[in-house]
Formats: sequence, C-alpha cells, structure tokens
Amino acid sequence: MKKLASIAAMSALAMGLSSGAQAADETLGAVKGKGFVQCGVSTGLPGFSNPDAKGNWEGLDVDVCRAVAAAVLGDASKVKYIPLTAKERFTALQSGEIDVLSRNTTWTQTRDTKLGLNFAGVNYYDGQGFMVSKELGVKSALELDGAAVCIQSGTTTELNLSDYFRQHKMAYTPVVFDTSDQTVKGFEAGRCDVLTSDQSQLYALRIKLANPDGAMVLPEVISKEPLGPVVRQGDDQWFNIVKWSLNAMINAEELGLTSANIDKMKDGNNPGVKRLVGKEGPKGEGLGLSDDWAYNIVKQVGNYGEAFERNVGTGSPLNISRGNNALWSKGGFLYAPPMR
Amino acid sequence: MIINDDKLPDLPPPPSTVGVIGWLRTNLFSSWLNSLLTVIVGYLLVINLVPLIDWAFLTSDWIGETREDCTSGGACWVFISVRLDQFIYGFYPEELYWRINTMYVIGVILITALIIESTPKKPLIAAFTLIIFPIIAFYLLYGGAFGLEVVETHKWGGLTLTLVLACVGIVASLPFGVLLALGRRSEMPIVRSLCTAFIEVWRGVPLISVLFMASVMLPLFVSGETHMDKLVRALIGITMFQSAYMAEVIRGGLQAIPKGQYEAAMALGLNYWKSMGLIILPQALKLMIPGIVNTFIALFKDTSLVLIIGLFDLLAIVQAALSDPKWLGYSVEGYVFVAFVFWVFCFGMSRYSQGLEKKLHTGHGAR
Amino acid sequence: MPAEVNKSLAPASKPKFWNDPDKRAIIFQILIVTMVVAFVAHIVNNALTNLETRGITTGFGFLTQTSGFDILLTLIPYDATYSFGRTFLVGLFNTLLVSFLGVALATILGFVLGVARLSNNWLISKAAMCYVETFRNIPLLLQIFFWYVAVLGPLPSPRQSIELGSAFINNRGFYIPSPVLEAGFWFVVIAFFVAIGACIYLSRWNHKRQDATGQQFPVFWASVGLLIGIPLVVYFLAGSPMTWDYPALKGFNFKGGAVIIPELMALLLALSIYTAAFIAEIVRSGIEAVSKGQTEASHALGVSNGRTLQLVVIPQALRVIIPPLTSQYLNLIKNSSLATAIGYPDLVSVFMGTTLNQTGQAIEIILMTMAVYLTISLLVSLLMNWYNKRMALVER
Repeated sequence: MKKLASIAAMSALAMGLSSGAQAADETLGAVKGKGFVQCGVSTGLPGFSNPDAKGNWEGLDVDVCRAVAAAVLGDASKVKYIPLTAKERFTALQSGEIDVLSRNTTWTQTRDTKLGLNFAGVNYYDGQGFMVSKELGVKSALELDGAAVCIQSGTTTELNLSDYFRQHKMAYTPVVFDTSDQTVKGFEAGRCDVLTSDQSQLYALRIKLANPDGAMVLPEVISKEPLGPVVRQGDDQWFNIVKWSLNAMINAEELGLTSANIDKMKDGNNPGVKRLVGKEGPKGEGLGLSDDWAYNIVKQVGNYGEAFERNVGTGSPLNISRGNNALWSKGGFLYAPPMR
Repeated sequence: MIINDDKLPDLPPPPSTVGVIGWLRTNLFSSWLNSLLTVIVGYLLVINLVPLIDWAFLTSDWIGETREDCTSGGACWVFISVRLDQFIYGFYPEELYWRINTMYVIGVILITALIIESTPKKPLIAAFTLIIFPIIAFYLLYGGAFGLEVVETHKWGGLTLTLVLACVGIVASLPFGVLLALGRRSEMPIVRSLCTAFIEVWRGVPLISVLFMASVMLPLFVSGETHMDKLVRALIGITMFQSAYMAEVIRGGLQAIPKGQYEAAMALGLNYWKSMGLIILPQALKLMIPGIVNTFIALFKDTSLVLIIGLFDLLAIVQAALSDPKWLGYSVEGYVFVAFVFWVFCFGMSRYSQGLEKKLHTGHGAR
Repeated sequence: MPAEVNKSLAPASKPKFWNDPDKRAIIFQILIVTMVVAFVAHIVNNALTNLETRGITTGFGFLTQTSGFDILLTLIPYDATYSFGRTFLVGLFNTLLVSFLGVALATILGFVLGVARLSNNWLISKAAMCYVETFRNIPLLLQIFFWYVAVLGPLPSPRQSIELGSAFINNRGFYIPSPVLEAGFWFVVIAFFVAIGACIYLSRWNHKRQDATGQQFPVFWASVGLLIGIPLVVYFLAGSPMTWDYPALKGFNFKGGAVIIPELMALLLALSIYTAAFIAEIVRSGIEAVSKGQTEASHALGVSNGRTLQLVVIPQALRVIIPPLTSQYLNLIKNSSLATAIGYPDLVSVFMGTTLNQTGQAIEIILMTMAVYLTISLLVSLLMNWYNKRMALVER
C-alpha cells in the first residue's frame, strides 16, 4: 500500500510539474511582482560589468540595468545581477532566468532573428581591434601575417578575425581561450603575438597586464560591434521599456540634464526637459510606467555621458575617449529618437 | 660426558645487518642496481626538493598587507593571507560570516562524532547528519526564515561553495543511488534495463558535458514560469551524475551480502522493501562506506569543474584573484594553495576510507 | 521480486491478484514505464514549446552551414570555409589524439610507478608512494592549469627558440621536421608489413622449436632487427623516397615541419601524470594479489627473477588489473574534455564551445557530444570485456 501511495504521490508531482504555467509571461508584471530586475551581466569585464572588492557591480552595462530598475521600480538598486559566461548568456535570457541581458553583446542578424531575442538599442559602438607587444615592432594589422592570435571563444570576434585574415590573404594561428582572463594570461605568457577583441575590451584587458605600457593597441578597427541590451522576443512592452530607458539616458545628455542638476532644471521652461521628466508629452502611460520614470533614471543613474565617463571614460582607469560614442551633435553615433 | 645445559648466549647479529648501516644495506644498497637507482633518485629528489622548501618556507613572506611586503624572494603567502576570507566565504556579506562558521562548527562536530568509534547512538547521529543537518545548513546559508536575511546563491563562493556542491551532491545522490542499485539488481526486466541504461549513460559521459547540459539545456526543459537558480541547476546535474556512480558502489555492497541473508529474510516472511530496509541495506551500507568515501573524494575534486560554467568555487575564486592587477604574477602561490587545500581534504578522507576498509576486511576474515 | 508470504489461512483459495508477485511485477513495470514515458514526453514537450515560443531555430541544418572560424590544431583538412559538421569531426579527432597518447603514456608511467611502489628499495618505493598520494589527491583541472603555466612559463619566444638540431622548442610549441613522402615510399610500407609477417612466423617457429628441443632463440632482438632492417634496406634500394620538411623562422613564427602545441603537451602531461597515479595503485594491488607461493614456486624451478615476472606474475596480475584499468582509461578519455580550460581544441572545446556559441543550438550540440563520449565508452568497455574474457580463458 505504501508503494501505491508513493506512486500516487509521484504521479501527482509529475502532473503538478506539467501544469506549471504555460502562459506567455508579461515581464513587466513579473518584475513589479518580484520587486527587482534580473539582469544578466558578464563574469567580470572592467568598465562594463565588474564586481568591486565588496561584490557590488559597476560598469556601463550595469548602468543600463540600473536605469531599467529605476524606470520600472523607481529604485536603481533593485537589480539582481546574474553573472553569465558567453555560452550561457542567450539561454539564460531565453529561459527567463534574466529579464534583460546587458553583457557587451554584439547586435547581429543571427542573434536578432534566429535566437528569439530582440536588441533594444546600442549602448556602446565598438569595433574589433588588435593589441600587440611593443617589442614586436608592428605598426599596422596588415603586418601580422603568420602571427599567433589569442582570442576568446564564443564571440563574433572569432569570425571577424578569420574574415579579416582571409580577405588580406594572411595566415594566422588561432589560440582560443574560454574567458577573457585566460586570454590575457595567454598573451602575457607569450603564447601568441596578438590579442584581438573589441577595442573597449582591449583597453580594459591592457590594464590587467603586469606591464600595460609594454603593449599597444593597433589603429585598425576591423569590424562593427554595436553592443547593446537584449530582451526576449514577443514581449513588446518590456522591449519598449528597455529601449526607452536607454534612449532617456541619451536624450538627457543631449538636453544637458545630469543627476546633479535635474532637480533644479525640471522646473524650468525647456519643453524637452518637461517632456522628459513627465510633466508634458507622452509621459509614462504608453510604457506602463509612472510619469517620473525618466526622471528616476537621470536622478539615480545619470545621463549617458555621466555613465560613460564614470565607467570607461576619463573618470576610470580605462580612460577611453568618447569617439564614436559621442552624441551625434558632437561627431559621434549616439542618436536617440525624440521623446514626444 | 659434559653436558652444557646452559643455553649459549645469542651472538649479536653481524654489524652489517643491524642499526643504520644494516637498514641502509637492506633497504637502499642491496645490489649494484639498487645502489645506482638510490643514488639517482636521491640526487633528483635533493635538487628538486631543496629549492622547493627554500621557496615555500625559508625565503617566503607570510605577513603583510600588499605585494610590497614580499621582499624575501621566495613564495609570497601574503597574497593568500590577504584574500583568505574571500577564498573561504566567497562574496558572502562579511557581517554574516558567523552563519557559515556556525554551519562549519555543527558539521565538524557531527562528522567527528561519526568518525569516533565509541560514540553512542551512531545511527541516530547519522540520520541527523543526513536529514536534519542539510536543512539547518540550508537556512543558515541561504536564510529566508527565522529572521535570517536571504543571501542570494550568486554571492556564495570559495571553499564554502566547493563543500556545498560536494556534500549536497553526495547526500542527494544517496537515495537515488539506492533506488537505482536495487533497480539494477531487480528481477523485473524493464526496471532492470531502465536502471542499467540510466547508470551507464551517466557514467559514460564526462561531468563537464553534464554541467553544460544542466546550465544550458535544463532551463529549456522546464515549463515557462519555473526558473531555476544557476547553483540549483549545477546541483541537479551533479546529483544525476553522482547517482549513477553511487548506484554502482551500492550495487557492489549489495553483492557482498551472502545469499543466505536474502533467503533468511524471505523465510521470515518479510516483503521486498522490509527485507531490504531491515536486513540487507543496514549490513550492506556498512560495507559501502569506504566506497562512498571514495566517490566523495572523486566528486570533491570534480567540483572544481563548475568554474567552467561560471560558478566561483575555490579554484575559480583563486583564479579570479590571480587576475587582480594589484597581485599579478602570484599564480604559483595561488595554485599551490588550492592544491594544498584539496590535498588535505582528499588525503585525509582517503586515509580514513583505507583504515575502514582494513577494519572491515579483518572483520570478514574472522567469520 | 521475492515472493511475499501469503497470510491467508486457506491456502487452497486463489490469491488476490495484487498478492501475486508475478502480476504485481507486471503492474509495477507498466506503471514505471508509463511514468518514464510521461516524464520524457513532458520534458520534450516543454523543450519544444519553449523553443517555439522563443523563436529558436532547431534541427541539424546548421551542420552544413559554413563555420567561419579557424581551429588551432586540425588532423584533417579544415579552414573557415568548411562546415560546422566538419568542426565536429576536427574536434572528435583531436579528442581521440589526446586520449590515445594519454592512455599510452599513462599506462607506461603507471606500470613503472606501480612496480616502483613494490620495489625493495626503500627510497624508490617511498618516492613512488609520495607521487601517487600527491597527484591523485589534487583536482585534475588544477593540474592542467598548473602544467599549462609550467610548460609555457619557462619557454622562450620564437625568436629565442631553443635549438635541438633541426628541432626547435619555444612557447608556441615543439617544432620538429616532418617527413615528406614521395612516390616510392609505398615499397617501404610494404616492406614493413612483410617484416611484421616475418616476426610472427619467427615467433611461431621458435615456440615449436622450444617445445621440441627446449632451446630458445632470441626472438625479441631478432624481431627488432627485422622490423628495422628490412624497411631500411628497401628504403635505400628504392632510392631514399623521402625528404624532410624543416621548420624555419619566418616572420613571427616557425613555418614548415610538424608542431606539438603547448596545449597538447600540458594536457598530455596532466592527464597521464594524474591517471598514472591511479594506474600505479591498480598495478600494485594486481601484483600483490598474486600469491607469493607462485613466485617462490617459480624460483624453485630455477626461473630467473625477470622471467618469473614475465611468465608467472604479470599474466596472473593482468587478470586482476584489467577491469579497473579499463575504467581508468575511460576516465582519461572523459577527462580529456577538460581541454577546454586551456584551449586545446578537443570536441568539447571546439564543438560544444565555439560551434555552440556561433549557432546557439544547445540541445542538438550537447546531445551529439554526449553521444560521442557514450559511444567511445561503450566501445572501449566492449573491447576490454572481450580481452578480459580471452585472458580469463587462458586460466585452464
């Protein structure tokens, strides 16, 4: 009899499992219910997403997560960070383990169309570059025929590299590592002549070298790498929220709004500012958010320029110049649709 | 006739067979070949060990705060001592370390009680360790009840995570292992073949692919809303993998029980589960302990693989620390430290299991 | 399932069907099968729904798509223009290469250590014991990392390579001249097989002669002579149909010749050193399992120490050694998947790593990879069972 009972219990369990909701999940509702945003970040990339000594996450990608939390929940700290390897990142998003993936992920056609994902915008315009040891005496990537190249597996860089060398009829030896840390170590140990990665990462990785001055980044940029936050396909509302959280940061910079001056400026007459802080214009209704959603982002996270300088720019050890990531009005690519 | 009834005193053995010289002769220089080998091996040991000892102890630095404190030229153990907390507790909030420490203390007391032979009521303690203690440990580590603050699993790391993975893996795989082993020895053909297939499949694939499966495929297997923590997924993978090995250990133990025991149980009119639960398993489990300890050692070493799926176990957290720009170039110290920690655990456990095996062995010999 | 005693007082009455062990077994098995099928169906259904609702492509179509990435070490022709299916084969061959070499090295090292452990020389047996106790109690992954650092660390850059004749060692690998075979080389290959045939014949002839006359012929050395001599003579007769391709420094790296990459060296070192520790213990217990009386009897017959080992102890010990040895071989093959940690392009690293990332088709790729390891495991088990049976039959 006991056996029968246990069988009954087990089949009941199986039934219970199978009846576990099949409904399409409304991410916004789920996030509001949980009270935090689950955000997929890298396992550690200085400037983009990196835990500090106390385990607090910081970086440009992390700021996107914080902006989303500020917009949705009114509190930028309500984020649960899930560190992911390059392999896991898409599955984690697909399976619903995370609500938004903000992990220096390149926007490509395959990823956008075949993996059930949507890219919500670009928070960093990157391109693949090369880092070499100064001793080598190389000044251009075109002199790299026959070189051994260290590279991180599972990235678009692997494909770009192959394209570039074939296109220029050069030979190379790929040395593939699993994580960026190992890649740097391999480069440092002399396993390869060249380290290739997105330019932003090259600067981040260079400061991990024992002697950063011994290495230099070559001028060539061999690919387009638009990096941006990713959400699941099929939830347009959530897609819009992430997209416009990023846009709000960019628009705020354009309007000259910073976390420091927004309280002063929100009562001014600038119509753009009025629309952004939710006094006029579309407000938060269409997004399903409160009207001060964009105000919360700028107040708690800052505008895009602030986030950039704090994490990767002059305020950080990476010291990357704005370059392509300046506003369109200042010669860069950043161009957010207007908020009206 | 003269008869000397007094026993002649024993002559001392020839000086070449006793004392240091005798020992050397029999053990090191018994033949030309042996002498040659001794000299070669001895030489190799000396030229390797002397610099090693010098590096690790004589010219090493132990106290300090930064890398500037490492001045002697040997090993820089400061790197370890500065980060020791992180290596043990991972990213666990510092003010909550007491929770992990409490768990360690309880665990150590329980295990000591189990190892010491004269402890009374051992089965009770064992049951407590296997059933109640994991629950206590869970609430201590994770919190969420009794007013304890929740600590998310992604903050767990270091030695604590390594131990959690290994212990949960072994404890959770025990019941599955028992069922699978019984199934494999069952007389029902379908049950037997299902269990055999399950066991052989998991034993035939590398743990790393199981971990990948757990981290990448498992989320697709559960329906929409159920989300599993990364650690939970890794644990599920490890448990499945480990159950297969555990089943084989248990099967070995079951096979060692003489057939008469099964027959006697049946003759007493006990049904299958009663005869297993009351007669066979209690005897077999005792025989299995060395085997279980051995699989535990293997699992303990294998937990280091979780670094490949991005969990920060002891090895992974040391590796992460190695890439800290402030402490570059101390990878040997880091690796030696990890190796030493693993070695202490594994060697201790293997000695214990060997001792147990010997004890059990003599027991059977006497019968 | 053992019979349950029928408690009914009237033995003549037919037992209730749930008390009949046979029927109960059938019902129980039907239940189990239903549950397993339901569980699997549930999982498959979930996976399919999840894949569909999330718009993820499924199927094995990706295997024919162009891969677009290069691989460090390929035993078969491959470059970025080949398909993803080809990357599977490249990875598989690299796994087989490291497994095969690892098994060979670990066996040799393990047997030497196992015998050393039993040596009557105190220093040697203790040194072997220390080796075993150290290496088997440290995680393999850590050892792989360690050897990778230890192999790479002290080696110079290509421009300062260590030169050994026409071979070079640097931190890009061990460069050796590789033979380039020309048309006439087939004769040498044929000659080699002829030599093998001659050796087999020689050994049979020797057996017969020994049975008849008791005299022995030094078969081993004669065979070595034949195996080297005949091909060599043919080689020169055919006009040396082979040239060497020497490695030379061109630009950053050496070109030409063959190269053993440091990843392979580190992985091989770690795998064979780790597994050898286990094999040594197996060999030791195998030899100890042969009763001392056997050795004494053999000595009493006037058989020398070496011949005793060869003719009496090892054949008997092998019977004890082979089953656990097989599982160590399987462990080594499975452990070779840790290659991914240092970037040796094995199946897991290439296929379950890069290809998985580029295509995103996790389920297909992980199942294919697991199937490969499972097949290898089953094949090795079968082979070893067959061998084991043969060894066991020799007993009588």
